[in-house]
Amino acid sequence: MAETLHNWVRVRAMMPPGHVRTPSYLRGKRGQVERPLGPFHNPEQLAYRLKADQQPLYRVRFSMAEVWGKDAENPGDTLDAEIYAHWLEPCDAP
Amino acid sequence: MGGQNAGKIPLEGHDFALWEKRVDALMVLCSSKGYFTVDGLRRVLEDMGEDSFETMTYYERWVAAINQNMVEAGAYSLHELGTKMAEITARAETYGEASGG
Amino acid sequence: MPHDHHDHSHEGLSPSGHPYRADNDGPLTYWQTMEIAMRELLIEKGITTAAQITARIEEMDRRSPADGAMVIARAWTDPEFKALLLRDGSAACKSMGFEPGVLRLIAVENTPDVHNVIVCTLCSCYPRNLLGLPPDWYKTRAYRSRVVKEPRKVLAEFGLILPDAVQVRVHDSTADMRYIVLPARPAGTEDLDQTALADLITRDSMIGVGVPSQPTAQPTAQKTVTKAAR
Repeated sequence: MAETLHNWVRVRAMMPPGHVRTPSYLRGKRGQVERPLGPFHNPEQLAYRLKADQQPLYRVRFSMAEVWGKDAENPGDTLDAEIYAHWLEPCDAP
Repeated sequence: MGGQNAGKIPLEGHDFALWEKRVDALMVLCSSKGYFTVDGLRRVLEDMGEDSFETMTYYERWVAAINQNMVEAGAYSLHELGTKMAEITARAETYGEASGG
Repeated sequence: MPHDHHDHSHEGLSPSGHPYRADNDGPLTYWQTMEIAMRELLIEKGITTAAQITARIEEMDRRSPADGAMVIARAWTDPEFKALLLRDGSAACKSMGFEPGVLRLIAVENTPDVHNVIVCTLCSCYPRNLLGLPPDWYKTRAYRSRVVKEPRKVLAEFGLILPDAVQVRVHDSTADMRYIVLPARPAGTEDLDQTALADLITRDSMIGVGVPSQPTAQPTAQKTVTKAAR
């Protein structure tokens, strides 16, 4: 999947157990790719001493409104996090 | 973790104890020697569960996590570890004496 | 702010010159026993040596926020370096002789419109190679869970109140990047050199829970002398 700068992406809402590195509070949320970071070894495999595939990693920017809804302290503030490609799917702008 | 309710952030810090600095050193050395990755450490820390934040200090959780990773890496066996820990406990009653300073 | 590490003849003190916490004389705990056991086993098996461990402790003791402050001070005074820092933080640190380690450093810039703050919600990752060991509060569950949801309230607890017009950007270092905030240069510092500027840059300002100190006001006469001396 070719996420490029400013593309809208959604974090997959799945909830597997174990070491997945995608914070729970971002599951299902939409953000924009702030910058691609290049390929990195998949931490889900490294964490269990398995041979790890390379996965593209992205910095994704979320608005606090998107993440916390009406509970957002200040809706225009943002949250940036590094998310692996296999956790992201393209989506429409909100 | 992110977004959970929590109280005031305690701002006072503590000076590092020697044993804590040693834990930190072992973490850096053993990971740089390829025995585990930071991901392995994080996984073990997560598996300890939320309660571990209440019952263990930061460096207690880290020495437990490093040890778990080293055991999984085959650096030493649980038998060797248990034997050594028993010997140390019998050695002395304070950290300073048991660790030789 | 920076400490002088002149010599290491510190009786009963750590290599950084600070007294160890009294734990050395406290009753031996289970986890301390584990640390001793692990260390001795690893040395016996030749995986590491006592000298390596001591060297590593001394290496970490040498790192302090003063290193990061020097990087920031250079960015404030050298536009090309600032551009490099923002483009490739690791390369910028290396160019100043600071070894950033294998992980990538990303510098995020505070502007009149944007204030950045750093956290690692998943564990407590921190740019240790540049700033030294993180403060205790950075590693607490309270900071890690709250700063991503109510950053302004958290910053207020640190004494930093931001107007609504300033956007707060929280960075959660979830993967392998490490972050440092490039704080805004305080007004009234035009006459200060890099060393004096570095003294204003606090650890908290590089994490984002604070801003750099204000320069102390100088008497007019001194200021005139300084200018004339150039």
